[in-house]
This record gives sequence, structure tokens and C-alpha cells, in this order.
Amino acid sequence: MASSSEIREKLRKKRRGLQDSLVKNKNDDDAQALVPSAKFKVDKQPTAMKNAEGNDEDPGETLRRTLRAQRQRRKKTLLEQSLVQECHDAEGVSIAQGCSANEGSSHRADDSVISTRPPTGSQRDLSVRSEHSSSSKHLDAFVTKHLQEKLKAARSKGESLQQQEASAASTKPVSRLKRLKNRDTVTRFDSEVDPVSAGRHEDPLSLRSRVKFREAARKVGKDVPTAEETYNFFTYNHEPDQPSQLDRISRKRQRRREKVEEDRDEDGQAEAEVEEDAEAEEDNQNQNECQSEEAPLVRNEDDLFVIDHSPKDFVEVKKAEYVAYRKRIQRDRELLFTPSFQTVPTSIKLPENMKPRFLEDEGFYVGDRPPISLTNENILENRILKMAEGNKWFGDDGKIIALPDPIKESSTRPPLFHVEGELDPALQTVHRKPFKSKYANMYIAGAADPEGDYQLDVDVSGMIFSHHPLFSREHVLASRLAQLYDQYLSRQHNNLTGHLTDKLNGLRNALRNMVKIHGEQGSSEALQQRISEYSLEVRSTRQLRDTEQEKDRTLLKSIIKVWKEVKSLREFQKFTNTPFKLYLRRENIDRVLDEREYEGEILAEVLEMEAESEEEYQKKLAEYKKQLEDWKLWKKKQKAKRKKKKKKKKGQAQDDTEEEEDQDGSESDEPFEEGPVKPKPPDRPDVDSMEQWVREKASRIRRKPGEPILVPELSASGSITSSELCPRAEIARREDVSRRSLFIKIFYNYKEVSRTDSRSLSTDFRAHFGQIFNLKILNCPQSINLQVFEEIGSSCSLLAQVFVPVPDPSIVTGSAPMEEFEFSSNQRVMFDHEGVGSDVPLSFEPDGSNKLTLLTSGKLSCCVSWGIGEEGVPLAPPVSQQPGATHSGRGHLDAVSYIGASGLYDMKKIGEWATQSRLDPNDPKNTSIMQLLKVASSGEVTAPDYFRLEHLQEEFNFVTDEEIERSKRFRLLSLRNQEAPEFRYYKFVPLLEREISDKVFQDYEKRLKDGEIIDTREHLDPHRALVAKYLQKIRESVINRFILAKHYYQLSDLVIEEEIPSIGSEQLQTRPAPVIQNRSASWNVSLPIRMRILGINLFKLAESKRPLKPQRKERKKVTAQNLSDGDIKLLINVIRAHNIPIRKPQSNKPGQSSQSAIQGSDWYLSQVQVRPFVEVSFQRTVLQTTTAEGPNPSWNEELQLPFSAPNGDYSTASLQSVKEEVFINIFDEVLYETGPSDKERTTSIHTQIEKHWLGSVKIPFSTIYSQSKIDGAFKVNTPAVLLGYSREHGSNSVYDHWRSTHGGMFIRLFITIEPQLVPGESVREKIKEVQFESQEAERLLQASERFVKDAAESYPDRPCITTVTDLSGKTVFITRYIRPLNPPQEFLDAFPNNPQEATTLVARFVSLIPSLPDQVSFSGTCDLWSTCDQFLTLLAGDEEEHAVLLCNYFLFLGKKAWLIIGTAIPEGPTAYVLTHEQSGYFIWNPCSGQFYDKDDTFCPLQTVGCLVNSDNVWYNIQENPSPLSTNFDITKANMWKPFFSRSFSHPGLSSVQPEELIYRHTDRAAAAELQDRVEKILKEKIMEWRPRHPTRWNRYCNSTLKQFLPKLELGRGQDVAEGHRLELQNLLGDYRIAGFPLHLPFSEIRPIIEAVHSTGVHHIHSSNVEFALAVYVHPYPNNVLSVWVYLASLVRT
Amino acid sequence: METTVFLLTVNGQIEGANFPDYDNLYCKYCYVYGHDWAPTTGLEEGITQIASKSIQSHRLIWNFPLETTFKSTNPSGWPQLVVSVYGPDVFGNDVVRGYGATHIPFTPGQHTRTIPMFVPEPTWRLQSWLLGWRPEYTDPKVVAQGEGREVTRVRSQGFVTVCFHIMTKDMKKMGYDTGPSTPSTVQSASSGWSTEVESYAK
Repeated sequence: MASSSEIREKLRKKRRGLQDSLVKNKNDDDAQALVPSAKFKVDKQPTAMKNAEGNDEDPGETLRRTLRAQRQRRKKTLLEQSLVQECHDAEGVSIAQGCSANEGSSHRADDSVISTRPPTGSQRDLSVRSEHSSSSKHLDAFVTKHLQEKLKAARSKGESLQQQEASAASTKPVSRLKRLKNRDTVTRFDSEVDPVSAGRHEDPLSLRSRVKFREAARKVGKDVPTAEETYNFFTYNHEPDQPSQLDRISRKRQRRREKVEEDRDEDGQAEAEVEEDAEAEEDNQNQNECQSEEAPLVRNEDDLFVIDHSPKDFVEVKKAEYVAYRKRIQRDRELLFTPSFQTVPTSIKLPENMKPRFLEDEGFYVGDRPPISLTNENILENRILKMAEGNKWFGDDGKIIALPDPIKESSTRPPLFHVEGELDPALQTVHRKPFKSKYANMYIAGAADPEGDYQLDVDVSGMIFSHHPLFSREHVLASRLAQLYDQYLSRQHNNLTGHLTDKLNGLRNALRNMVKIHGEQGSSEALQQRISEYSLEVRSTRQLRDTEQEKDRTLLKSIIKVWKEVKSLREFQKFTNTPFKLYLRRENIDRVLDEREYEGEILAEVLEMEAESEEEYQKKLAEYKKQLEDWKLWKKKQKAKRKKKKKKKKGQAQDDTEEEEDQDGSESDEPFEEGPVKPKPPDRPDVDSMEQWVREKASRIRRKPGEPILVPELSASGSITSSELCPRAEIARREDVSRRSLFIKIFYNYKEVSRTDSRSLSTDFRAHFGQIFNLKILNCPQSINLQVFEEIGSSCSLLAQVFVPVPDPSIVTGSAPMEEFEFSSNQRVMFDHEGVGSDVPLSFEPDGSNKLTLLTSGKLSCCVSWGIGEEGVPLAPPVSQQPGATHSGRGHLDAVSYIGASGLYDMKKIGEWATQSRLDPNDPKNTSIMQLLKVASSGEVTAPDYFRLEHLQEEFNFVTDEEIERSKRFRLLSLRNQEAPEFRYYKFVPLLEREISDKVFQDYEKRLKDGEIIDTREHLDPHRALVAKYLQKIRESVINRFILAKHYYQLSDLVIEEEIPSIGSEQLQTRPAPVIQNRSASWNVSLPIRMRILGINLFKLAESKRPLKPQRKERKKVTAQNLSDGDIKLLINVIRAHNIPIRKPQSNKPGQSSQSAIQGSDWYLSQVQVRPFVEVSFQRTVLQTTTAEGPNPSWNEELQLPFSAPNGDYSTASLQSVKEEVFINIFDEVLYETGPSDKERTTSIHTQIEKHWLGSVKIPFSTIYSQSKIDGAFKVNTPAVLLGYSREHGSNSVYDHWRSTHGGMFIRLFITIEPQLVPGESVREKIKEVQFESQEAERLLQASERFVKDAAESYPDRPCITTVTDLSGKTVFITRYIRPLNPPQEFLDAFPNNPQEATTLVARFVSLIPSLPDQVSFSGTCDLWSTCDQFLTLLAGDEEEHAVLLCNYFLFLGKKAWLIIGTAIPEGPTAYVLTHEQSGYFIWNPCSGQFYDKDDTFCPLQTVGCLVNSDNVWYNIQENPSPLSTNFDITKANMWKPFFSRSFSHPGLSSVQPEELIYRHTDRAAAAELQDRVEKILKEKIMEWRPRHPTRWNRYCNSTLKQFLPKLELGRGQDVAEGHRLELQNLLGDYRIAGFPLHLPFSEIRPIIEAVHSTGVHHIHSSNVEFALAVYVHPYPNNVLSVWVYLASLVRT
Repeated sequence: METTVFLLTVNGQIEGANFPDYDNLYCKYCYVYGHDWAPTTGLEEGITQIASKSIQSHRLIWNFPLETTFKSTNPSGWPQLVVSVYGPDVFGNDVVRGYGATHIPFTPGQHTRTIPMFVPEPTWRLQSWLLGWRPEYTDPKVVAQGEGREVTRVRSQGFVTVCFHIMTKDMKKMGYDTGPSTPSTVQSASSGWSTEVESYAK
């Protein structure tokens, strides 16, 4: 650092040099400053600064600091502005203050009074500096030196400056004041200051200044200038080179400068300090929100960056301005608000005219207010009152509203906001897997609630060692003695001997009595039995008594023996270790009496034994006799043998001996050498020896008569030899004993819960604890374990463990007896002193024999029981909640006791056992059992007399099964789950039972009931009724099969993914762009259409924006899930029609032919030929187009029909099963003039509109749904005869008469559904996946799969079928269906010479079989192919069945015929038949019976997919699949791809068709009956449809029409009846007739009614209309019925 | 007869997602529920704005509100929230970035669920980047059901965080107690809720 003089020198030089420029600059600044007060001050302060800085800093440093200063300045500006603003807000002093800074030094003088405050700040600054380093010490010294030097110089020199500076500072202090005020709240600053300031030499000064300030603040009248002077002086001092430094900022800067000098690193810290200040300032700023922050910031922007400003910051010397103190005070008052300390009167705090209300006095609870000092409260209240709406802070009692206790009881942790990556790794949450606590599941239920705690009392009373390593020999003996004595005592207590003796005497008496009473009368059998039983009993009792007596005797003997041993040991070792003494008390008794008793006893015993032995002897004797008999018998046999032998040998001597032997055998019992041993006769019992034996025994086990009874008494009253008198070894032992102490740890569930106090081991090896531990438990008790520890000095060792069983809940404290638990330890312990040790062989014999090994053992006396709470409630968990107990001591799981059914033992068995074992009821041991039996027999506890396998099941049943079955809700839920059709889509199964009405099940139950019964009325035909039933069954089985299949998913069902394009294929171009199907349109997202390959989009650019021929665009498809009623509309675009029949001339004059009318060309011009319109009806909604004119009208109209799905269910399956059809009817609108009279004709014309049905097209909804759109020309079904209409004919084909219909009507339609629905998933695919069992060879199936897959890949729009599913659900190869089959013979017979006729007949027959789409019948599940015989039996099938049958017939007729699998309108994928004649190929529609030439443009077949015959399947690989351009020559390999080729030849598949079809003749009578019924029903219906009009039937016309119908049938619908029509016209000349015959195959009555209804004949409301209706049913074989309905309306003209 | 129902109000929001590798994603949600459930008010399905990440945070924020009330007679088929996240791939194709589902919480109160997301895997690996096409579920609701899922393979992909505020009405009255299980809180919670629910009912 440069020396001070040097610095000063430089400083002066610079100051002088810069003074001029500064003055100028200052003026500039003043003009320039926006906030002049700030500017003014700021300008000056760097001036001082520069003086200081100029000394030793390089220009760069200067610049840096300048910039910093400017930043500082900017802050200040902000601050001041805010302050000013605040003043405005708070005080309302406003403008005066605002301009005060700007204007006058006089004002500033006032301010300077307040500027005396800053010392606090200065002190802080200094102290902060002092913190930094010790290196500042020398600086301090330097400063001090200058301080002294400068004192005088500064006074004189600074005087002038000071005034100026004071004024400069005058604005600043305000802000500082504010800051300080702020700081008051932030106590951190103060605390920071105080400790640091201690020991500083400036301290007293600063303190004083602070005190002064306070005085100044309080007492305005004091001599302020002194204070200010002091202050200034100090600021001066610690910056000697800055004599005029007053401001906080300058100080700060100075400090920073110092820091730079000292330690540059601290710069940052200083800055931080500044930041803090800035923050404090900003707090201020935030308080006044009106203040715009931006303006000053922007203003100062240039200050920040323009470095040129630095020169102007330089010193300006100016006279100090003095502001009068009073003025300052005044200003101060205007600016500042000091809340008073005075108590605010209550009246101010309350609204006017209100008295304080004290809730507490009124009895309400008012919590304690938080403690707050009165002064602070007053300040707070005063402050609040100054605020706007301050009153609302006060309650009714005039106090500040306060919560009772604002302090939270529990500490809360501020939530850790998870900020990724920013969290300290140590604070990162560590996730651990939860692990199951071993006992976690053993909590006693309900233990958590406070009242349900359980308490286990463990009472450890004490312990006795029966052996301890420290036992001396005497101890060993003494303990044995004690044990024996204990045994003796317990035996005495039980007194078994006495008990048995009594029993014996009783038995004897009883026996004696019995013998005495019954003896004379002669013993009966039963008595004998009883006596023998008794004697048996007596004997066993006696034996028992004898053993007991012997035990007593030996015990007594051994006690005495041990005692003798003890005595001898004591004598031997010359000291006594144990206090035991045995006394033997003699009880003298009367010798004579005793002897008599003794003898009597012996006598009785002997007698008994005699009797017993006698009895035994008798028994033995009897046995002997029996054996002897046996022996004799055997002997005789033997003898006989011998004799024979003897005779042979004739040995004399032998004879003799045998004689002798024989004699011997008879006389005495001699052993016999051969055969069974000759039995010995039993010895007679020896009475004498018996008596001898009894006496011996008696002397052994009983005391001798007259001998006194010895009663041992063991006392511990003996004295123990004191240690001094003992030998060394013994002393060592005793010392060892005294060193040891014992304690017991209590383990609950393997956790130590408590331990007893340590008790020293007494010399008698007992320890008394007498402690009771109350265990409050939460876990189920599982084990209670007491561990005995022995402590030697500081080390302790485990001696033994004692497991205590968990007590029953019934065992409660108080009633539980102490129990002794034995324990032992197998530790080996040896001592070198008298202690015998443990597990060490020990002998008491002098020779060391008879060794015994003793282990440490003992008894622990303790008691575990459940505590008793207040009111004597046991604190035991209930039995049912004590599963842990079952794991504990008892160690087995008692499931019965688990559920609280404990104690249910089989009472009967126990009872039986008790009687069998002759339990002595008097025996105290048996009391409990007896008690139990008594209770059991009284019937209180009944044991179940049955056995249950799952005897606990009932416990877990919610309700009984009956109740579940009765529950309607449960039933509803389970039915829905089973997908029963009625409940499949049932929503909102009611929550409560009572809300389910019984009606819900009615339908279902009815269906179940009616399942078997098919309503014959519906079917009108018993055969069809049967068929319907059969069909129903098939349907059910198929549906069940497919419900299974439906739940079988494959990837494509769940995931949409683009298939891999095979390179080189044209798929990308041919396939439509993928449309995102899975997002429902209701989300209304325009999703960017995927461009799979960027290039594709380029083509789109080439497309014209508005093409001349617009194409229909692919629409977004909608899954049917989120649809509801009204969402779906059917769009039908009726475009145009062709060949509509035209009216015949109106003039119905008889005889006038139609030809003539047509020929009249003028008629053509004058008359409208026809005015057709189209009416579309669907689901009873009818819409119609406008009326067009002419036979080839063009409507081009779009009709929208709403669609509603059955039951509001828009699922795919449901939509597929919609059976309804769209009827498109073409009518002619006819206007009739019905002028009432000719007179009025001139004035008014009454016209009547009639519509005449011309024809109809019906399209099933299922077709539209599955096709999603139908576009094309449809042939209109026209009646064979249209009365009043005619159409042109003309064709020259082979089938001339058939061609006539070709000239018939066509209508061009476009039908679709809006929005486009996703058609049901192709079920056919699904079946293949499900792969029903098949009898086809695996190879064939694979080949067919491959074939179909290849076909689908190359031409996806051409159907290809190789395998189909038959009615039993098996997969069958398609060619098996094709086989020549005989048509009904009558067809062949009808036209024997005309094969063409036969062909048409056959086709007609096939077409008459009703068509029923599989989709409908099997609810959209699958396409099943029935064989021809099945088809003819079912009389229903779709196109495939028809086609197969027709094809088979044609083959029979010798034609070349194939099945065409293709697509047609409107059916979609379908089957047609192709025949090859000489004249070319013909395509037959099997359902209509019509055929088309291959080149016929009106052929409904659109694409030809493949051809099938019995040999092969050919797939069409031609460019254009339409039949027009298809070459049907199947031999051409480049056009048709055969399935069976040379590489895979036909394996010779047999047909599934029968060899021959057998036809039944239809009952004509039945047909006639049906005819009548149909007619009747139709008439009723028509009348029903005309509810407001009378319906008159023209009988005459009826009968006439009826005659026509058979002819029509004969002509097969051909227009053969022109003549008849004329006839009709003739007959009914007065009538205007409109009518037509309808022709239908018969299936049910309903379609007929629908067809009639759709013609709208009943709509004619003219008053004089009459109707005619005729029905004809023509029977064909096998119940195939052709129904004709002739309808006509007649209006009399 | 008017059937008795209980009500479940789901408020909350789809807060955001964490997809480390993807950006500019949007999310769709819909509910899947059983036969006995019906939404009474609120949107049943919706689509969020497209969100992109900021430099600092890797989270995508949607904060998309959910407000739906269901009525029901049967807790079976409890509503599930199905979310699916979409976003552009490198070629700008809109592809799926994740499917996920979670049950609406049973207990009243606030819940936050982080739903792990997954996407079906293509059968051919290269497919996804060759064609810019990711396989999608035919219906996002597939992820809320168990049937047929065994045929798909999926890959996990990020998380979506959803926050729920659940209110129920009449559940307890109907005998379904979904309150918290700890006994100490049961009392306070149940009483609090029941009173609140009662007032809501009036």
C-alpha cells in the first residue's frame, strides 16, 4: 500500500485537476437526473470515492468499481422512489416530501437529524469488515492513526464540506431509516452485529452513537448537531481518505475497496452483503405495488454502460447545507409514523355506539390468547387502526382477534418438493422394499385401540438350585435330603396308602357282607359273578396298597440313610455347611391294639390269598381234567395202533410193558414219552408257606407291630459353621458363592422385555426375586421365556432357560398359583475348591465307587397370568383373537378353539371311559372329570352326534345357500355374467334387493319354459316348427362354441400394426392408406395421416383440387362402442331407375287392347306414362323421394333414415344380428279427378292421389352393415302381373321367356351408414384361428391355408374359400360339398323332353327354399355350410347352400357346373353357380332362380373369386375379376390357379353329401289349409292397418284372382295371363283396378305380412275402394312351398 | 322405481409425464367401467394439449383437469382411467408412446398415481424405425382389461402422473366402507366425510 502522504499527494492533485470538470458535470447531472434527489446524492458520493480510489488503483479497477457504484446508485434510486411512494401512501404527506429532495437544502437539514441513525449501519459495516481477516488489523491501526491526524484537519477542512455532504446525505438517511426499520423485524442482522462488535475499538463509539440516536428519536429537543457531528466524525474516521464520506453506499464502497486491497477473494462476499441490502430494499419496494419498477431501471441503463460518465462522478466541493432541526422534525413527522405505546381506548376499536361484549362472561369458551406484551399489543393495535378497514381486526370484545394457540402441537416438516437433479444426493429418497415383520400378522385384533390393551403379569418369585456347581458335598446330600423330604411330604399329603387301605377295607366288608347274606341261599350265577369281581378288585387294590406302602417305607429309609450320610460327612469334614436337621418323631401306639390289627390284617390277607389260590387251584384242576381227558383219548388211539402193530410183530414182552404203562396211566400221572405230555395235577396250595410269605412281605413294607411310627421332620434350624473355622478350600468356595449373583431376563416373543434385579446367591442356593412384571402387550403371546443369568463380578453367563407356557385367558392374576419350573444346564464346571462342580463325577464312598454326575439344575418359581384391569375385567385377549397362543407352549393348532368352540369334546366317550375305568368319584384327582361329566350328563353341553368333513365351512359362509339363491340381485348378476341373452347388456343391476322387480326375470323364465315349445301359430306349419326348433338348438350350440372362440384373442385382435411390405409387391399402391381406426371420431382430433413413405404424398400434389368426376372418399371408421340412439343414420341415395312399367291407357273400354293404346303416338305425347317415386321404409320410418316422370326417371336424392339398434346396444355382435330389412318401393303416383259432379268441373277440380306399387327391392341391414356401402343397380322385384301397367318386351335369347324379366326394372342406389361403422371382425378368419377339430388331413389343411393366404395377398378383394365349417363345427374341404344329386323326380318327369324346362324348374325349386343369412341366424358368429339334405330338412340357408344344391342338381342333369365364390350386389361375398352350355357360360343366382349370360351387364355378380367343383378349386388370377371380362376356361393356367395341381394331387376326397336325396311328398291338404290361414291372416292385417276406414272385400274379384294364381305358378311367374287380365277387366269393367301378385317362398308368416305391408295397398283411402286378395300356396316336394298373394284395389268409377 | 345409487366424483388432473426419450407428447384419457356404472357429469374422455419439455426439466406438464362423476349400483367394474400418450416420431408420424391404466382410488381424499406406461412391441423389430409405425392397440381400453393380453408383448415406456381428488356419496350407506384401514384414523375420517357427504346430499 502506498504511504498516506503519497496518497494524499495524489489525491490533492487529482482533486484539483478534476474540480472544474466536476462542477460542470454536476450541472449536467442535475439537469439530467430524473430523480434528482437520488442523482444529486449519488453524484457526489463517487466524488469522494474517486478521491480515495485514485490513489493506487489502475483504471480498469476504477472502471469496475464505477460500474458497481452505478449499480448501487440505481438501487438507491429505486429505493428512494419507493420510499417516496410509501410516504405518499402511509402519511399522505405527498408532494412536499416528493419534491423536498429535489428542492431545498433546508428540508434536508431536517432530514439530517434522522441521519444520525445510521451508526447502527456503520457499526455493522465495520463489524462485517472486522470479520473478514486479521490482516485488517494493520489497516485498523492505519485508520486509527489517520483518525487522530485528521481530527483537527478534518474539523477545519471538512466543516465546509460537511454541510454539503449532510445535505447530500439527507435524502439517504430516510431510506436508511426505512431500511433500519425493516431490519428491526429481521433480527438476524442484529444478532450478527452484536457478537462481532464485541472487543472492537470502535464499539463504544458506535454504541454511543446508537444511544444518541435513540435519544434523538425520542427527544426531539436535544442538541442534535452534536450527535450528527459525532456520526459524521465516525464516518470520516474509518475512511481517512474520504473525509466527506457519509453515505451508506460510500461506506460500502469504501469497505469494498479495502477488501480489494486486502483480499480480493472477499469481494464476492461483500457483494453478497450488498445483495442482502438490496433484498431488504426490495422488500420495501414490494410493499408499494403501485410503484413502477421499470422506469428507473431503464433510466439508469445508460449509467450502467456508459463509462464516460466516470469523470462527472468526481468531487464537487460545495458548502454544506444546514437544515434547521425543527424543520427536520416537522418533515420527519410528515414522513414517519411511530405507533404510539399508549393503550387504545376500546371505543375506537369498536364500531360506533357499541359496547364491548365479552364472550367469556356470557359463558362461551374462549381459549387463552397467545401471550404478548402489552406494549407490543398497543403498538400493533395502533398500527392496525391506522390502516384502512382496521376495525375488522378487532373482535366484539375490542381486542385483536386471535386464535387461542397459534403454535402447532406437532412439528411439521416442510414438504420436500422433488426437483429433479437438484436434490442433494444425501437427501434423495431411498426406496426400500417393505419386508414383512415376523410378528406383523400376529397383532391381537383391536389391540390398537386404547381401551383394548392386554396385560400379562409375570411374577418371578424365586428360584432354588437343586444342584449348583458351587455345591459342596454336604450341599449335594442336603439337597437330596430336601428332595426326599419334599417327596415324603407330598406323599403324606396325598396319603395314597391310607386311601387305598380304606378302600380295601371297604371292599372286604362289602364282600364279606355279600357272602354272608347270600351264602345260605346258595349262590346264584350273578352273585358268583359279583363276588368274583369284588375279590378281583380286592386283590388289585391290595397289591396297589402294598406297593405304596413299600414306597413309603423305602422313602423313609432313604431319608434316614441320607441324613446319616450327612451327619457322617459333617463329622468327617468337621464343619457344617447346611442348616438342615432331621428329626424323627416317634409316635407311640398301643402295642396290643397294633399287634391285633397287624395280625388281623395278615390273617385277612392270608385268607384272601387262600381263597384266591383255592380258586386258582380249582381252575387249574378243571383245566387239568380236561387235558387229561384229551390225553386219554389220544392214548386210546395210540393203543389201538399199537395193537395192530403188536399183532403183526407178536412181541410178548412189549405187550406186558404196555399193559403196565396203561395201568400206570390210569392210576398215576406219569410222564409219557410220546404225544402230548400227560398233564400234571396242580399242587394244592400251601397255606403255611403262604402265611409265611405274607408275613415276610408285611415285615418288609410295614412297620412292625408295636414299633412306633416314625415321622421325619426336616428343619433348617441348624447352624452353619462360620467361615473362619472352615478349611481353606471351603472358604474359597464360600467366597465364590458370595461373589455370585443371579438375575432373570424375561423374554416375550423372543424379545427381552424386562429383567429382575440382581440377587446374590445365598449360601443355601436360593434366590428370592419376588418381582411382578406387568407386560402390556400388543402382539399375540407366542413365547414367554425366562433366562437365568449368573453374574460373577461384571461378567454374566446364561445358566438356563425356562419356557413358560402362555396362560389360558381364564388364568388371571391373583387366582393363579405359583408354579415351579425345573431347569437344568449341561455346562461343565469344575472348581479347585470345595465346590463339586457340574457335570463332574462325584462319589461319596471312600473308595471312590458309585460315582454320580450332577448337572446344574434347579427350580424356578414363577407365575404367568393375565392382568386384571379396573372393575376386575381380565386383560386377556378373547380366545378367538388369540391365534398366537396356539403356536405357543401347546404347540399345535386347535382350529376348533380358533372359532371359539373350544371344549367341545366328545362327552359320551369321556363318560364311557369314566365308567369303564371305574374312576373313583371320591378321588380328588378325578374331581374335574367328574364335574365335567356331571355337567355333560345334565345336557348343558351337547356333543354333536354327526361327523363333518369341513366342519368349519359354515363359519365362513356369508349367508346360507338358500338365501343366496333367493337373492334376486345375485341371480341377476350371475345371469349377466353368464351372458344370458336377456341380461347380457343389462345395466345398473339395482343395489338393493327390493328394487329388483320380479318382472325382470319374467322374459327369461318364459324363454326357459318355452324353449321347447315352438309356437305353431307363428309358423303355420308343423314341419317348419320342428325345423325352427332344430335350428334353435344348432344355434345355441354354435353360439356357445363361439362365445368361447370370442374370448380367444390373437395379436391382430388387440394390436394394429402395419404388415411388413414384401419388396416388389404392389401393395403399397393398391392398399388403401391406413386409417386410424382406434381413435373414436368423437375426440375430434384431426390426426395427421400417416405417410408411410414420403414419396406417396408427392403423388397427391398432382391431384386436381376439384376433380370433375369426384370420387367417394374413404371415411373414418367408427367403432360401435360409444354410439347411442340417433348417432347412426342410414343414407340411401336414390339415383335413378330404368324400365319402369308404364300405365295403360285410362280408357278401360272393354275390348280395347293395350296394343292399340300403345300404338297411339299422340297418347304418348298427351299422357304421362308414369309418375314414379321411391319410398324407403326402414324400422317403420318411411321416407320418399319427389315424384319424377317417365319410365326412366332420375331422382338423385339422398334419404336419411335414423337407425336404432336393438336395446340401444351398439356392439358389433348386436349390430350384426339386426334382422330388419330396408324396403325400397317404387310407386306410381296417380292423380284422379274425382269431381263430384260435372257441373262443378269447370270451376273446381278435385283430384285424388293414389299410389300404385310397382316393385320393390329389399336389402337386409346386415348386408349394409357388413358391406359398409352398397352401390349399384338393383333389379327391382316386380310382380309378374301389374294390373294397369305394361312394359316392353323383347329379347332373343335362348331362355326367351325368362329374359322377359330382364327387361324389368332396375334401380340404381347407393346405400351406406353414417358414420361408417367398423364391420364386425371377419368371423370367418376367427374360425380358422380357433381351428375346430377337423377330419381333414393336416397336409391338406396347411395347403389350403397357404392357398388362401396367397390368394388374399395377391388379390385381397377376391374371396377365396377352400375350407368351410359344417353344422357340427368341423372344418371340411369345400370340394366335398359338390356331388351330383338328384332333384325331385317329378321335375324330371314334368318335361322329359325339355332339359331346359327341367333346369328352370330345378332352379325355381331351389330359389323357393327360404334364404336366411347365417349371420342373422347365428348372430353374426360364423358361416356354416350345411349339406344338401340338411339344407332341405332345415329349409333355410344362405346363398352358399342354395348354390351348392343348385350346382349339384345341375351336375345331376348332366351339365357342366361350378360353384362361383365371388361378390355380388347386394349380398357381398356370396356363391353363384356357373354352367357351361353350348351357347356359352351362364351364371345362376341360386336365391332368385334367375340366370344371366356371362356378358349380361345387369348380372349382379361383380367379382369372380374362385370356381369350385368336386375335383378342384380354381382361383381367379385374371386382371379383371368381373364376370364380363373373365375367361371361364379353367384349363388356362395363367388365368386360373388350381388348388390341386400336379405337385399336390387330389387325395380323393369323399363327399359329405348323401348319395341320394330322398324327397317327401308334401301334403296338399296341409298346403290348402295353410293357404286359408294365410289368407285369413292377411285380410285381418289389412283391416287392422286401416283402422279408420271400412275395408270392403270384393268377393267376386277375390275368386277371380284366385283362379289366376295357379296359372301363374304353372307359368313360373311368367306373364302368361294377359288374356285373363283382359278377362278380369271385362268382368270388372266398372272398376279401376290396380293390383299385382306377390310371390314368395314360404318360411314364416311374418315376411309375407311385411311384403304386403310394404306395397302400401292399404293406404288407399278413397271412400269407394274395395279390395281383393287371393292367396295360393303351391306345394313342392319336401315341404317347399311357393306362396302367391294377389292384391288388388278396385275403385268404382 | 328409482334405483339407489352411490356416487363417485373424480376430480384431479393429469399432471404430467416423464418420458425421457420423447418430446412433444399429448395424452388422451378415457374411463373404462363396468355395466353398473354410468357417468353423470363431466367429460368421459379427453385429449390434452401437446406439451414439450423445457431445458431444465425433463417432465412434460399437461395439468389437464379431470372432472367426472359416476353413479353406480355395484362396485364391481370400478372405473379405471386409461391414458394413452402420443407424439411424433423422427419422421413426424404421430405414433403412440405409451398406454397405461389405473383404477380410480377407492378412498375419498387426495391421491397421486404414477402410471407406468407401455407400448405394444412390433412383431418385427425393424418395422418401427423403418416405417415409422408403431403398433397400436385396436382400442386403448384394452389396457384396462385382462382378457387377451397374453398375446401381446409390450415394452415399458415412461410414466404419467395423475392426481385424483375423490369424493364418494352414499357408499357407506350402501354398506361399502372404503375408508382408511387404520383404526385411529377411521373415526375421524369417517365422521368427517360422512358429515360432509350428508350435507352434500341435502
